[in-house]
Amino acid sequence: MALLQISEPGMSAAPHQHKLAVGIDLGTTNSLVATVRSGLSSVLSDEHGHALLPSVVHYLKDGSVDVGFSAQKQQNLDPHNTILSVKRFMGRGLKDIDVSMSPYHFVETTSTEANKSTANQMVQIETRAGIKSPVEISSEILKTLKIRAEKSLGGELVGAVITVPAYFDDAQRQATKDAARLAGINVLRLLNEPTAAAVAYGLDNASEGVYVIYDLGGGTFDISILKLSKGVFEVLATNGDSALGGDDFDQRIFCWILESSKLSPRNAYDTRLLLSKAREAKEWLTEHAEANISCLLSDGEFVNLTLSTDQFITLTANLVQKTLSPTRKALRDAGLTIEEINGIVMVGGATRMPQIRKTVAEYFKQTPLTNLDPDKVVALGAAIQANVLAGNKSDADLLLLDVIPLSLGLETFGGLAEKVIHRNSTLPVARAQEFTTYKDGQTAMSIHVVQGERELVSDCRSLARFELRGIPPMVAGAARIRVTFTVDADGLLSVSARETSSNVEANITVKPSYGLSEDEITSMLKASFNSAEADKKARMLAEARVDAGAIIEAVRAALAADSALISEQEKLAIEAEIQRLSAIKETQDADEIHQAVEALNQATEAFAAARMDASISRAFAGKDLDSINL
Amino acid sequence: MAITLTQSAANRVETFLANRGKGVGLRLGVKTTGCSGMAYTLEFVDELNEEDTAFESNGVKIIVDPKSLVYIDGTELDFTKEGLNEGFKFNNPNVKDECGCGESFTV
Repeated sequence: MALLQISEPGMSAAPHQHKLAVGIDLGTTNSLVATVRSGLSSVLSDEHGHALLPSVVHYLKDGSVDVGFSAQKQQNLDPHNTILSVKRFMGRGLKDIDVSMSPYHFVETTSTEANKSTANQMVQIETRAGIKSPVEISSEILKTLKIRAEKSLGGELVGAVITVPAYFDDAQRQATKDAARLAGINVLRLLNEPTAAAVAYGLDNASEGVYVIYDLGGGTFDISILKLSKGVFEVLATNGDSALGGDDFDQRIFCWILESSKLSPRNAYDTRLLLSKAREAKEWLTEHAEANISCLLSDGEFVNLTLSTDQFITLTANLVQKTLSPTRKALRDAGLTIEEINGIVMVGGATRMPQIRKTVAEYFKQTPLTNLDPDKVVALGAAIQANVLAGNKSDADLLLLDVIPLSLGLETFGGLAEKVIHRNSTLPVARAQEFTTYKDGQTAMSIHVVQGERELVSDCRSLARFELRGIPPMVAGAARIRVTFTVDADGLLSVSARETSSNVEANITVKPSYGLSEDEITSMLKASFNSAEADKKARMLAEARVDAGAIIEAVRAALAADSALISEQEKLAIEAEIQRLSAIKETQDADEIHQAVEALNQATEAFAAARMDASISRAFAGKDLDSINL
Repeated sequence: MAITLTQSAANRVETFLANRGKGVGLRLGVKTTGCSGMAYTLEFVDELNEEDTAFESNGVKIIVDPKSLVYIDGTELDFTKEGLNEGFKFNNPNVKDECGCGESFTV
């Protein structure tokens, strides 16, 4: 019979409707998948008990694809078809990467069905299985993890939270999402790796604080400073070194072995052997005072050495120190001092080394958090987040909604959408913008709140409408109406409008993310990219129409007041231009509208001058020259 | 009759409760849904209801509401691994028939 897990009170799932969700740490060197079972977050291992899946994809001769340890073994035998560290190429163009450092055949991008949203900027790799984009290669890793998860959980996944480095830009994040989609995984959310680590330690349960995430992985070092306020993490600063990691420590031991044994440079076999011995020694020294290194090399030479902890610390002291410079920079960027840091989370296998922990503790003058497995902490945090997002926890548990998925704005005259809060702004956020009236004596304003990336309101999603009444009558453009958009940590949007001279105010609260699925968001975003050009034209046309309307309005008002100043003939000429502009205003050509506006301007030049003269003589008539304050 | 936990189930429940940081025990119950009529529920308990019956087995408090108890009295809850999957299993003497996957049953 089926195996059950313990649910939160009142949250038991109906049969066959378990909301199975996982967290995936898609790493440069290794990837992991974790889930929450009976309230406990744990990493899922494969049949052999391995939790880590090396992020290595091997395209075999028979057309099949191998991922993980077996693929890793091929990296020296079949380097062109064994892709390592594909994460470094995600969303990157040929110009972004150092081609000479990789054994792969990079090729110019071509658009395929799988990568069309990111094809424009992403590099591709030629393998025997054809040209593969980093998205496709990553999806092989994700597929392997998905299969592992479904075998372990006994059912289909409803979705996954996938972690990305905090510094990943939009293209890199989109590439990660595309890879997941290609692997058949529904992405509940992309979560920043440092945020996931903080969640794993339950730091999100505190009300606020500033945390440093020190992540020393196999080949990369990342330092992130997170600020928690009202349950939402904001990334204050990130820094790091993309070429510093645990592998460099192995390399130091390797060099020490060569020097101590007075060995000449070795062949590839010996290098691999000695590097793996170096790695074993490094790991052994985490819990022991000295490590024995002994092996037989290919030329029959026997290596037998003992490395003490003290020697190891001396050998690698400058590597450890090298992590402190990005740390200092990140602190400086965040404008923080060491005293303001509430906690340090250690991530990445290399942070097991005692000298790293000691150095970090000394630098920050406090003991870092190390009780969770540093290799697994990111995946564990992602799983906790996935469990919440899949709906396995009660609503009382705060949802970590860290960015706005789509821009929020309002409708301005002419059916244009004016963005007030741009997408990807971190939550909570508040932005204010000033608007004004369009007609003389306008006493009310309708505020239409919309969501989307398009230029025209009709292409965006309408969220709410409300009216600001009681604006004192003023000439068009004189009123100042300050509209404030506020989105709180729960994603709740409230909009308020205030006329600043009279302080009349109106407001409304809406929930923008309600009813919008990830797919709808994506299709709205795609539509905004695809129709950027059309949108721009539509915006220009709408703006031209608004201009035309405003000038017609102004000239008509002037004619009504001062038509006595000009001859009947001039008046008829002006009226003819108004007619012409009114007609052209309804056409689709912004340039023609502009020309007609210009024509009306010219036709009214004499009239405007006459009005100016008249109003000046009115102002000065019967006044002593001295009383006029020039 | 009573409801019991095997030692391995009791150990797991204790671990989960400790990790959760709150909760007085484990609630076993049935819901009238599913393809064969009834389905088991397994939940953490934060507070007892007046009508609940409580048992104690291997140091873990088990809570059952009276409507569920008639269907599951005598059940032994076990924790097992099947391949990569692991979880709790109801050994319920009242069951006459189960759906293919065993998630729902009839008495």
